[in-house]
Amino acid sequence: MSTLEPTLPSMPKPSMPKPSMPQPTLLPQAKIPHRRSAGTNLTEAFRIAFMGLFSNKMRSFLTMLGIIIGVFSVIVMLAFGQGAAQATQDAIKKLGTNVLTVIPNSVMRGGVSQGLGSQQSLKLEDAESLKKLSSVRAVAPEVRQSGTVKYANANERTTIMGSTADYFEVRNLPIDKGRIFTTAEVKRRSKVAVIGDSVRDELFGPDVDSIGKTIKVNGQDFKVVGTTRKRGGMMFRNPDDQITIPITTAMQRVFGLQYIASISVQAASEGKMREAEEEVIRHIDQRHRVPSYEESHVRVFNQQDIQESAAAQSGVLTVLLTGIATVSLLVGGIGIMNIMLVSVTERTREIGIRKAIGAKRSDILYQFLIESVALSLVGGLLGVLLAIGTALWLGAPPDKGGMGLPMVLTPEPIVMSFVFSALVGIFFGIYPALKASRLDPIVALRYE
Amino acid sequence: MIRVEKLSKTYTMGNSKVHALRSVSLEIKEGEFVAIMGPSGSGKSTFMNMAGCLDRPTAGEYWLDGLNVSRMNDNQLADVRNQKIGFVFQQFNLLSRTSALRQVELPMLYSGMPQRKERAMAALRAVGLADRHHHTPAELSGGQQQRVAIARSLVNDPVVILADEPTGALDTRTGEEIMAIFQRLNQEGKTVILVTHEWDIALHCRRIIRFKDGNILSDEMVQEPKNAIEELERLPTVDTAELPA
Repeated sequence: MSTLEPTLPSMPKPSMPKPSMPQPTLLPQAKIPHRRSAGTNLTEAFRIAFMGLFSNKMRSFLTMLGIIIGVFSVIVMLAFGQGAAQATQDAIKKLGTNVLTVIPNSVMRGGVSQGLGSQQSLKLEDAESLKKLSSVRAVAPEVRQSGTVKYANANERTTIMGSTADYFEVRNLPIDKGRIFTTAEVKRRSKVAVIGDSVRDELFGPDVDSIGKTIKVNGQDFKVVGTTRKRGGMMFRNPDDQITIPITTAMQRVFGLQYIASISVQAASEGKMREAEEEVIRHIDQRHRVPSYEESHVRVFNQQDIQESAAAQSGVLTVLLTGIATVSLLVGGIGIMNIMLVSVTERTREIGIRKAIGAKRSDILYQFLIESVALSLVGGLLGVLLAIGTALWLGAPPDKGGMGLPMVLTPEPIVMSFVFSALVGIFFGIYPALKASRLDPIVALRYE
Repeated sequence: MIRVEKLSKTYTMGNSKVHALRSVSLEIKEGEFVAIMGPSGSGKSTFMNMAGCLDRPTAGEYWLDGLNVSRMNDNQLADVRNQKIGFVFQQFNLLSRTSALRQVELPMLYSGMPQRKERAMAALRAVGLADRHHHTPAELSGGQQQRVAIARSLVNDPVVILADEPTGALDTRTGEEIMAIFQRLNQEGKTVILVTHEWDIALHCRRIIRFKDGNILSDEMVQEPKNAIEELERLPTVDTAELPA
């Protein structure tokens, strides 16, 4: 049992003067000058901290969970928020670039507003005259009603849009097959139609070529000259579920209208949108001889405004999400503080031993601080990895096993939340570490 | 080497004052082997805390290796404990879940000593535990744990070893083995002070100081100290039959 035994018999009696020892002496052979460092060296401190965390795996994991969830939610929420904002901006862009929508203003009848667009005041000539304005590139007057279209036995209710040839360019509706109708056809009030993708699908099925076929629109024969490319819906308008016919045909031969419903105006450039907006209002009011003290005859919706308000909304969303995530990180930090306080109490004796053999207050302080920082950093790292994985999964298209949600991962929230989790570790680790460093070594050594 | 002059320590407990040490003066020279004895409450523990620089006196002076320790701040005291004093405790006071090698390296870690591993191995070899260097305290017997603690106390080459009832938690034979190590250390010139309440143990030392009620009761030299190795030979060698040859 004793490894000491074999070396001892040769030892002489203590009464004799210092003998030469037949075994390695207990004392260091040569004195090496002491070099006192500022504290325990950092790599060693981290090694000790990680060993401590590893030997208490379950507790360490549960402690880190708060930070993991906090970091995870910051990154995923922001990725989703940014993705949603991006999707909104893209959708707005789909409506056409640099587009203003001009609609008649509301009319007051007996002190009651009849609602936007209730005023019957815009004429085809008003739209035509806007083309002369320097800030305007293209103009598309619009009338729109729902109606029925028929081909053979297929019968479909859809939106019938009357406009001019410019409509397709202004509203960013590229042609899939065939052609758009011509300005001449608009002048002649021809019965031609460009049909949307889903209308074509419903009427003809996937295999039949629709170009040149005759369909019935509200009972009248129209020739299909083109189809528009599938684009997907945006808000309340879906250009796929729509047929477009010359506006003259629509007003005079189908609907029997004298006034147009709206005008889509494309500004000369992105920078000229504000200018175009003002010019259009001034021009229409001049044509209509609206006195300056009266309200304008038209209201203009600026695509830029919509974009800006959407951006502002997503900004508010981002602030909100960040706030929630910050709170969860703080809660995670409190969890760390709680466990570190328990740990300090549990390891009171260890602290006493370390102090007895020469640990300074600062050595103990760093040891516990590094442990809490290690907890929060590892938690932060796990949170980041989990969040990136989840964001990639949510963002992947469904045919690749993902959820197809709009997700935009940017480095900023990842770096920020990681740094923040480290700061949480320091902040909430300071109190327990101070408590540990201030323990009286005598009391700590006696602690059971 | 160790010189205390009129050392006093007073604790305040509620309204009453407890005089744990009442103006104690003594001197211990380099190379001495001293036992401190006394019943509980005699002031011996307070004296050892003071000698170990774990506590500061209320009054009086304490000179250790030429330094006036009684005037030092916490950080200076930590340095003194690290460089000049080696502690051995009754309950071994090793860190749990830490290998013997790491335990012995620890004091050097705090002093920033280079070649820690080599030195720690040398210290473990000197107490006969080189082959157990990767074992944690839970995997070692009481005697082996105390030997690790002794290796740890030696590794920074302190001027004095303070042992607080080092055999108190051990059986007679193992205690005798530990005393053999202390005697060998002392023969090699190390100053050793140990606290005990067992005369059997105290008689291994060359000087016995007895405390009572915060004062020194007696301070005597031992004419013929016991030799731990001879004692070991006299003890029945238990369990040898179970050991492989």
